[in-house]
Amino acid sequence: MSAFGLPEQASSIAVRVDHLFYAVTLVTGVTALGVLIAMIFFGIRYREGSKARRAEDVPAAQARARRRVEVAWTLIPLLLFISAFVWASRIYVERATPPADAIEIFVVAKQWMWKLQHPGGQREIEELHIPRGQPVKLVMTSQDVIHSFFVPAFRLKQDVLPGAYTQMWFTATKVGRYHLFCAEYCGTDHSRMGGDIVVMEPADFQRWLVEHRGAVDMAARGESLFREFGCSGCHGQNASVHAPNLAGLFGRPVPLSDGRTVVADERYIHDSILLPRQEIAAGYAPIMPSFAGQIGEDDILALIEYIKSLAPEKERPR
Amino acid sequence: MTSASSPVATGDIPLPPNAVAARGSSYLDGGMTLRSWLLTHDHKRIAILYTLSITAFFFIGGAAATLIRLELATPMGDVVSAETYNKLFTMHGVIMVWFFLIPSIPSTLGNFLLPLMIGARDLAFPRLNLASWYLYVGGALFTIAAMLLGGVDTGWTFYAPFSTMFSNTHVIYVLAGVFVVGFSSILTGINFIVTVHKMRAPGLTWFRLPLFVWAQYATSAILVLATPVLAMTLVLLAVERLFGIGIFDPNLGGDPLLFQHLFWFYSHPAVYVMVLPAMGVVSELVACFSRNPIFGYKAMAYAILAIAVIGFLVWGHHMFVSGQSMYAGVVFSMLSFLVAIPSAIKVFNWTATLWHGRIVYSAPMLYALGFVGLFTIGGMTGLFLAALALDVHLTDTYFVIAHFHYIMVGGSVSAYLGGIHFWWPKITGRMYSDRWARFAAILLFVGFNFTFFPQYLLGMAGMPRRYHEYPPEFQTLNVLSSAGAVILALGYLLPLFYLTWSLLRGPRATANPWKATGLEWQTSSPPPEHNFDTVPVVDSPPYAYRPGVISPAVVQAREGTG
Repeated sequence: MSAFGLPEQASSIAVRVDHLFYAVTLVTGVTALGVLIAMIFFGIRYREGSKARRAEDVPAAQARARRRVEVAWTLIPLLLFISAFVWASRIYVERATPPADAIEIFVVAKQWMWKLQHPGGQREIEELHIPRGQPVKLVMTSQDVIHSFFVPAFRLKQDVLPGAYTQMWFTATKVGRYHLFCAEYCGTDHSRMGGDIVVMEPADFQRWLVEHRGAVDMAARGESLFREFGCSGCHGQNASVHAPNLAGLFGRPVPLSDGRTVVADERYIHDSILLPRQEIAAGYAPIMPSFAGQIGEDDILALIEYIKSLAPEKERPR
Repeated sequence: MTSASSPVATGDIPLPPNAVAARGSSYLDGGMTLRSWLLTHDHKRIAILYTLSITAFFFIGGAAATLIRLELATPMGDVVSAETYNKLFTMHGVIMVWFFLIPSIPSTLGNFLLPLMIGARDLAFPRLNLASWYLYVGGALFTIAAMLLGGVDTGWTFYAPFSTMFSNTHVIYVLAGVFVVGFSSILTGINFIVTVHKMRAPGLTWFRLPLFVWAQYATSAILVLATPVLAMTLVLLAVERLFGIGIFDPNLGGDPLLFQHLFWFYSHPAVYVMVLPAMGVVSELVACFSRNPIFGYKAMAYAILAIAVIGFLVWGHHMFVSGQSMYAGVVFSMLSFLVAIPSAIKVFNWTATLWHGRIVYSAPMLYALGFVGLFTIGGMTGLFLAALALDVHLTDTYFVIAHFHYIMVGGSVSAYLGGIHFWWPKITGRMYSDRWARFAAILLFVGFNFTFFPQYLLGMAGMPRRYHEYPPEFQTLNVLSSAGAVILALGYLLPLFYLTWSLLRGPRATANPWKATGLEWQTSSPPPEHNFDTVPVVDSPPYAYRPGVISPAVVQAREGTG
């Protein structure tokens, strides 16, 4: 088996990327061919010693024609470039905006493996099972250096950064097994940091989820971590320490002590655990210790899932 | 057909009386002692020092590439270990970028020719010029030390936090080497800018300058403005690595994307440092061997400036999937398409220069035409990478590798070799075998495409770059590429032999063997130490290959500058 041309199309975006690819190939190919033909034609016709008419014999009135040619070969490429730019940007913007109903899957990259967790608690290494025909959103972070999640059959790639969440989303269109590569150089075994994306019929996927169900789902695992790391000592319902109540926190705006307001998203919670002094909620003392170096990225994701699951309580006086 | 043994040219270009001056007053007669070379202030001798240094590094970098292609002939890692492989591509990149490509045309041909082309006796600051070379050597020593101590595995891009907190190799030595060699670039840039502003011969107005000089000038501006940013960035890397002060590593409170912004703010303009001088060389060659004024001279000069300016605004196109804002991606994509316009204009103008010419296919012309072809392919595949949705699939794959090798090796190295062949008689005073040189040019063109075209296909199919091992379906294309590299390597070795022969046995060159215009051809070959016996006076536009026939470009030039 060998690989020529673009790989299989296995995501909804792949078809559209390929159309653009072929269109750009056609336009640049025709232009390159034109330049080549002109070079060969001039090269033969105007070789030294040939009898072709030369500049000496051409009237100077051609100056205007020359100017027109120069304007044409500036403006025509400009128009073509603008079209390609708009076409490509539309797909790019779509790629950056996941639909609201996408299944969330959590990705933690580390030298040199991919760790994946489903919301139901199923955990995978170097293999990701997903259903066909349903949008999937990956929430990704790295435990060490920069990696990049690359699935050629989906025509998608996204760098995975330490200390930040990046996301990508796709709808797989074809059942099968596809390469997952790390595309950002990450050290010794970079080329071995790969795996497979397994696209299954939705019914098969449901069966797979049931078969691989862990003892607890992510939020439940987060809840036990919440106690294990002592978070509940301050943030729990019966805590005596003056610490923010986390129920209903996720997605809400949080006023900070420096006057700014941030939305309590995955990044905010992640940073509050590792760098608690950076963004202090207004009205609270900066007393939370940092958990940097003590807690893994996959555990932080479970904690976030737990915090997401906490329903807002009734307003209580502060 | 111009050949090594053709008689002295007395064609359509009248030679000034000193052109055929008696031999014996050349810059090479100042002595061959080590001291006469290492303490010289003569820009021509310094150019030779640079040429020898970068040639040595070209072959070291080439040796690393040879091992890389050998390893990639099979999917399994069976020639070297993963660690060694990573060190090989890092050294290949560091050496080829900073110790070969960036100094290549400016420091060798530029150093030798810039004063000659503008009718000056030397660069504005001859001692500074020598200091630049010593800085280059200093940087080179650090880099060689890093290699001897065991190498570096960060990739030439030094991405943090891998380079600062995770790599266990000799990163600091290489950072120091690149830091120091950067100052060599800055000093050369300042020297060239001042020289072009202040030392042009009487009558040599801006729009009478050869495009080679325009290109050197624009390149120097980039070197002076961009290189300090690289120096800063390298210091920040070193500070984080040595003292654990958080700048780029998020675990220390830093931001890894900050590094990428700073790095590419230098490294994208640096691409134009590699390719603008090549465009300058090719303009000289195409005009001379078509016996035609360059088509659209003014458009060509403005295109050089436009590339240099817009080149500063496109760095973010290296970061479309890095996690930078989507809106930033859209803006950088648009600017990247814009920078392609002046490049396209240049390709069309070179092609149109052939129109109505009297084309002579000597070796330098073959290199120049090879440049135009390969640069066109490299430039057009750049459009794929500027298009956001396509870049998402293609970035960090072999498509990118193929793209920038077409620009930098197919383009810049072809132009560099074309320039070396064109000005060889001027520099050495000897002719070489045009037949062998033409053979080498064709071999390089074939070998280059054979090596790098398959890499476009590999990238399309999804093979990531910097992979020591790869899935078996990519093997066919990798074997093709490695086989092509054998031809390419032969093509690069060949000039060593016939040019060495030329140095020892080659027939003596006349002052102007190609019947070229340009002030450098009006002095003897090799030129005397002071370049010109009398200061030349310029009263005509460049590329006056058809006395009596005035092209519109020439009319423009005359109207514009009086």
